Amino acid sequence: MSIENIIGLIIVVAGMGLILFFSLPAANKKKPVFRPIPAFQRLRRGIGLAVEQGTRLHISLGKGDLLSSNNTSALVGLTSLERIARLSTASDRPTIATSGSGSLAILSQDSLRAAYRTANAAEQYDPDRGRLAGPTPFSYVAGVLPVVRSEHISTHLLIGNFGPEIGLVTDEADQVSAFTLASSDSLPAQAVLYATTQEPLIGEELYAVPAYLQAGPFYSASVRAQDILRWVLAAGVLAGVFLNLVGVL
Amino acid sequence: MRNPVATAIAIAVGLIILIGYFVPLGILSNIRIYLLDWAIGLAGVASVVAIINLLLVHGRKIKDRREPDRYSILLLLAFAATFIVGLVFGPASGTFQNIITSIQVPIEASLMAVLAVSLTYASLRLFKRRKGWMAVVFVISTIVFLVIGSGFLSIGTQMPVVRDILGALNMLPIAGARGILLGIALGGLTTGLRILMGADRPYSG
Repeated sequence: MSIENIIGLIIVVAGMGLILFFSLPAANKKKPVFRPIPAFQRLRRGIGLAVEQGTRLHISLGKGDLLSSNNTSALVGLTSLERIARLSTASDRPTIATSGSGSLAILSQDSLRAAYRTANAAEQYDPDRGRLAGPTPFSYVAGVLPVVRSEHISTHLLIGNFGPEIGLVTDEADQVSAFTLASSDSLPAQAVLYATTQEPLIGEELYAVPAYLQAGPFYSASVRAQDILRWVLAAGVLAGVFLNLVGVL
Repeated sequence: MRNPVATAIAIAVGLIILIGYFVPLGILSNIRIYLLDWAIGLAGVASVVAIINLLLVHGRKIKDRREPDRYSILLLLAFAATFIVGLVFGPASGTFQNIITSIQVPIEASLMAVLAVSLTYASLRLFKRRKGWMAVVFVISTIVFLVIGSGFLSIGTQMPVVRDILGALNMLPIAGARGILLGIALGGLTTGLRILMGADRPYSG
């Protein structure tokens, strides 16, 4: 086993241990308090308004392939989709999900079905609400644009792997005065989203979406574990820089 | 209640793939390759199912009595034409590739042009949307990196001071990007671990 593999394995095991520890009831006697992010407050308001006004929520899961390394953002999107679909089952217009890969489209249908089943509203489930918008980056955007324009959507949640072309979707959403919360694991997309959306999430904030939507204790534990790992890695990087400066490394 | 069998299979497969990645054991690597091959096959089938679903959705949109979507006809026609031409010539044929790219590339290029205009406009609107020091930082950094990227300052790179300043400025976005990527990598790790532990199940089973 190489040194890189050993370090990687240690980080994975440490991450698993931290998530397990923070999800124990003993570690949650005092409810964890996360810093307020205005984007999530507006999202909650947006979900409530959509239910009251009979408008629709739209979740776009991006074009990340499940077999590629950039699929984790889409997995967060799927968890958020299920949570939001469950919160909005009372709405006249059900939540709609679009994605840029076949496997994600199938999983989005599955998540919607699970949400309706959990909410005891299985008869409301419609597989057409989880659809493939287009298999290539631009065809995906071209497929999402009519959804933004004509499906009576008041809130968009864009979570996944996008390219800079996502700017066309956010611009369209802005033109129809819909609220957009967007986040991506891709740096070019993050730069575009920062300029074009009301509420962009930067960096690892993307992975905190389920925790802020109160999807369960494991999600809060995961955010706390992520914070600790980040501090450890940052300390490691700084120590490496220092050792390099003094000539040890 | 989710299906426990599906969860158990997902956890077992995930663990085998993960351990096979870290521990160089021949048998684990073989199992890992088999499982990944199956996953590729399944993803292909999922794409076919999703495309059929897409066609059905657009078919229903055309037939919708209240708000029929005429653009869906174009999508179905374009799909049928591409499918038939692909069957006749074969997907790897140069003729087929030429026909497709000569339609696709200009359309994508024009969408890119629209994107450039809308991004410029969005950057101007950013001031209205986000008043504060971040907007100022955004504009200053945009101007600075536009000037650096234009090559205008390359005349001064022979001077050590200018070269050092430019070097330091060019390091800033790299450092920032690495910081963001570190956070994203850790987020990806914890997401994967939640699925491995069965706490997060993006499948109903």
